[in-house]
Amino acid sequence: MQIIRLIEGQPATDIDVWTRIDDGEPLPEYAPTMVSLARWRSGRNDLVRRNVAVGVRLASHETLEGLAGDLERLDLIALDFPNLNDGRHFTTARLLRERHGYRGEIRATGQVLRDQLFAMARCGFDSFDLQAHQSAESAREAFSEISVVFQPAADGRTAAHAIRTGGAGAHFSAS
Amino acid sequence: MPRRVITANRLIDGVVVWRDAAGRWREEIDRAAASDDDKTVARLLSGARTDEAAGVVIGPYEVEVEVEQNTASRRFLPTHLRERIRAGGPTVALH
Amino acid sequence: MYAYDTLDRTFVAQRTAQFREQVRRRLANELSEDEFKPLRLRNGLYLQLHAYMLRVAIPYGLVSADQLRALARIARRYDRGYGHFTTRQNIQFNWISLKDAPDILNDLAAVEMHAVQTSGNCIRNITTDQFAGVAADEIEDPRPWAEIIRQWSTNHPEFSFLPRKFKVAVTGSASDRSAMRVHDIGVRLVRGIDGAIGFEIWVGGGLGRTPMIAQLLRGFLPKEHLLGYLEAVLRVYNVEGRRDNLYKSRIKILVSTLGIERFRDLVEAEWTLTSGPGLRLETAGIARMQSHFRAPPYADMPGRSREFEAKRLEDSAFARWAKANLFPHKQPGYAAVTISLKPIGGVPGDLTAAQMDAVASLADAYSLGEIRVTHRQNLVLAHVPQDRLHDLWRALDALDLATPNLSRATDIIACPGMDYCGLATARSIPVAQRLSERLAALDEQYDLDQLSINISGCVNSCSHHHVGHIGILGLEKGGAESYQVTLGGSSAEDAAVGRIIGPGFGAEDVVDAVETILITYLGQREDSERFLDTVRRVGQDPFRRALYKQP
Repeated sequence: MQIIRLIEGQPATDIDVWTRIDDGEPLPEYAPTMVSLARWRSGRNDLVRRNVAVGVRLASHETLEGLAGDLERLDLIALDFPNLNDGRHFTTARLLRERHGYRGEIRATGQVLRDQLFAMARCGFDSFDLQAHQSAESAREAFSEISVVFQPAADGRTAAHAIRTGGAGAHFSAS
Repeated sequence: MPRRVITANRLIDGVVVWRDAAGRWREEIDRAAASDDDKTVARLLSGARTDEAAGVVIGPYEVEVEVEQNTASRRFLPTHLRERIRAGGPTVALH
Repeated sequence: MYAYDTLDRTFVAQRTAQFREQVRRRLANELSEDEFKPLRLRNGLYLQLHAYMLRVAIPYGLVSADQLRALARIARRYDRGYGHFTTRQNIQFNWISLKDAPDILNDLAAVEMHAVQTSGNCIRNITTDQFAGVAADEIEDPRPWAEIIRQWSTNHPEFSFLPRKFKVAVTGSASDRSAMRVHDIGVRLVRGIDGAIGFEIWVGGGLGRTPMIAQLLRGFLPKEHLLGYLEAVLRVYNVEGRRDNLYKSRIKILVSTLGIERFRDLVEAEWTLTSGPGLRLETAGIARMQSHFRAPPYADMPGRSREFEAKRLEDSAFARWAKANLFPHKQPGYAAVTISLKPIGGVPGDLTAAQMDAVASLADAYSLGEIRVTHRQNLVLAHVPQDRLHDLWRALDALDLATPNLSRATDIIACPGMDYCGLATARSIPVAQRLSERLAALDEQYDLDQLSINISGCVNSCSHHHVGHIGILGLEKGGAESYQVTLGGSSAEDAAVGRIIGPGFGAEDVVDAVETILITYLGQREDSERFLDTVRRVGQDPFRRALYKQP
């Protein structure tokens, strides 16, 4: 399966190496393994002991509560979007990056639409499980349609007001 | 069963349209195909949904109409006020 | 007024190009309607009964003469020659084609306008007092703050898919002309105990199916923390707000479910963690924003204009208009003029393209080229020298824009209702028109001022009927229009939700019912007591008895 990945801020199409394991299923021996939050909680020791990359996926109603201490053991956190109106995980992603300093992969899964990618990237997502019917080529363009931002977020871009007052990271000056 | 016609809004401009017997979308309700037969209405609606999936119209549905028939013409009048306004335009002057 | 710089221009141009591409993909059927709808909504485009409707943002109701002329061109070229001003200080065009929408946004961008976030589950247009910057009772001009909030909320990546729409109003005065307490967040400039100016933050107001008046969230917030605090409130809402039921998804439901104390705890805890330097407002940045709204170059004039006083004595029609439609200006010799968009029997809030052009010219000639839109669906020329009021009045009268009825019985607020709106359950405009015709004579005879009649065509309450002194809600009952009447609401500093008086009235009877209510008031009022105070003093019983012929 293909995903879109941001590498140094640039979008590229990539092969997905993660195996998504449902709650009853046995763990694969070598493949990077993505489990639910419940499975992580119940099988944490087994998962860690295997010495294979582990990822946790959060349903839209699940938060980082109780997970903060485990973040350094997780190579991936997948945040699920059940429909295109549920924006809770935009906050989760920002908290992961900005509050918890999480450096691993944050992946958007579920109803991920091309026209949400820019906002997702700003919130700290760096891989995207795009809906099958959407063009990957068009999706890659979604990241560069807008170059001006008006608020700081997880992507480190300098907001317009900071550029105007000569704030840090200003790379061009406003008239 | 009461007589029903199929309506939707045209995707490109949002204009109210009514489905005729040949499967074309007409701007005049009087040109719509009407039926009191459930199967016929279901067939009309199914054709409309195909057009919706193809991006021709948005949100097709059935509308109940009364028929005013005389020798020269046939006119449809929706039962509900909302649909009468959709068919005939706002009830207030547009300026 | 705020002037775009390269960054703003770039953003609006890119956003317009982005929407053009989204429209192209929709018309090519690469996007389904389900996928496209949230995209078009956040660009102001609704599908209504007869066509698409475009809601153009007028940030905090401020529009230049050139911008108003651009709106007139859009009305002529892409619509049917008119527009409708809304209770959120925006303008709507009713007859828009999807294929034209990108070109319209282009035309708007050319005059530093857009339709960004005028709909959808995001932070909407920021509204304020129409007399901002000219009101004598103002602690500080709220417009720089409204613009600061507007920019922060623009394309906010975290808050683009909120549980529901989110409305913010800002006011700088003690008397609230912005309906701040019926907004999701109300921001009020206040002076703290040490004399420093900061903000009161109100939260959880809103109308719709479950009307609520906002509660005080924080009594004093230092200026530099405005955005950090708002971000904390929005973050708590984004995470905790309900998403399972459309009617329970506004922040007012969250606040009332948790209770204001618990909600406050969550916000304060979040704010402590988020208040990093990124959102802290620097003094230089605030000053820079305030410089956009500096007082215009007023002429030195005496406080009382002899010309104005003389004309008032010789021309009674002018005197009547001046009494109703003028607001005192903090600059001696000036006045703020409200142009009523409520001609007797007209469509509340509508303006034709020809009138837009004419008002733009009058703004150039009399009021420094600036126009404001009020949340009561009227326009304001905020800086008119008193010496020139009579000339202006004559010009307005020739345009049918000098109805002397501001805040009077015929200054009716009405949504488009079922004549245009896809959500409506009954018509609003015809009821407003008939009421206006009926009440004009009564007003002339009995002086029915300080009265707000608000008519909504469905529970979404676009005309704020819950906070109308007399509120009218149009519903469908057994296939017919039925109008429910509430009394005693207010959107001002004494904000309150009106109470339903009794069973609803048919479309024919509702005008009689309102007249009966007003006649009952005239019988009950003491001295020049306003309607709202009479209702508050005597309660609903006298009105109910008169309406339902009870003994």
